[in-house]
Amino acid sequence: MSTLLLAAQQAGELKAGLQSIGAGIVYGAAAIGPGIGIGLVVGNAITAMARQPEMQGTIRTTMFLGIAFTEALALFGFVLFFLAKS
Amino acid sequence: MFPPVDELFRWKDIWFEGTPLAINKTVILILISSALIVILMFLGSRKMALQPSGLQNVTEMTYEFIDNGITKDVVGHDAERYTPFLGTLFLWILFLNFWEVIPGIQFPPTSRMGVPGFLAIMVYGIYLFVGFKHHKLKYLTGHLFPPGVPKPLYVLVTPIEFVQLFLVRPFSLAVRLLANMMAGHILLTALALLTAYAVNNVGVLKLVAIPAFALNVAVTGFEILVGFLQAYIFTLLAAVYIGDSLHPDH
Repeated sequence: MSTLLLAAQQAGELKAGLQSIGAGIVYGAAAIGPGIGIGLVVGNAITAMARQPEMQGTIRTTMFLGIAFTEALALFGFVLFFLAKS
Repeated sequence: MFPPVDELFRWKDIWFEGTPLAINKTVILILISSALIVILMFLGSRKMALQPSGLQNVTEMTYEFIDNGITKDVVGHDAERYTPFLGTLFLWILFLNFWEVIPGIQFPPTSRMGVPGFLAIMVYGIYLFVGFKHHKLKYLTGHLFPPGVPKPLYVLVTPIEFVQLFLVRPFSLAVRLLANMMAGHILLTALALLTAYAVNNVGVLKLVAIPAFALNVAVTGFEILVGFLQAYIFTLLAAVYIGDSLHPDH
């Protein structure tokens, strides 16, 4: 009887552990693409600003927009992290 | 050692417990910041002088920042009527975000889904209303069937555009603000707990408190930047969506 209880307890712990691992992988994987993307956006914006400093304002606004759209994918990963954990 | 995430964000009701109108720390902070904005803007615009000084300078700078930087650039030159809405949006989110770094309070109300969710639904309603008001059904067809795309590709493009217009936009708008403020709050809590844990420890571990505290101060400074940036980006995206509804062709 006690072994059965122990096995059931271990199965519950195993499930919780696997859920945590899965949630971690979900967010880690979801952050790769946006990380690279935001790097590209900001890098190119800096190049553009260095070439034409007089266009700085427009470039900065557009850069923030680009970051915001690229970031959306990481945000889905953030939400999936909480969904996968619970 | 680290408390469950729920404990960092769920506050006990102070008045009217158990009813939908229950008031807790989040609600109080929201009411205080709303009142602060109203008082500041009222005092700043009460006695308008030709040569502005003091509070009037701040008020005018805020208005011009929104008007020149966001409305005229993004929505359009004939769209000054959207400046009050965008300005209110910006100031409100900014004040709510800054509670995160005020000592003794250190909790951003924007890290509860109710606040960014409500704001995103409001922006969603406004840009759909503006689009349908100015372009009638052409707003929908123009977005779902963008011109210049080869006909067979509409099988692929139309569902993507539909999901983008009706689901992804409000969802990402709300979650972006929520995620940034939530992550900042958890990070600051973790660093503060690490400092406290190290101070209460014995021996060499006590020394960990010094870099942990330094990092805590640095991250607090970073969170000021994040709070400002998130308010700016939320307003900018709201302006972009409204501008897209006003002039969908560019």
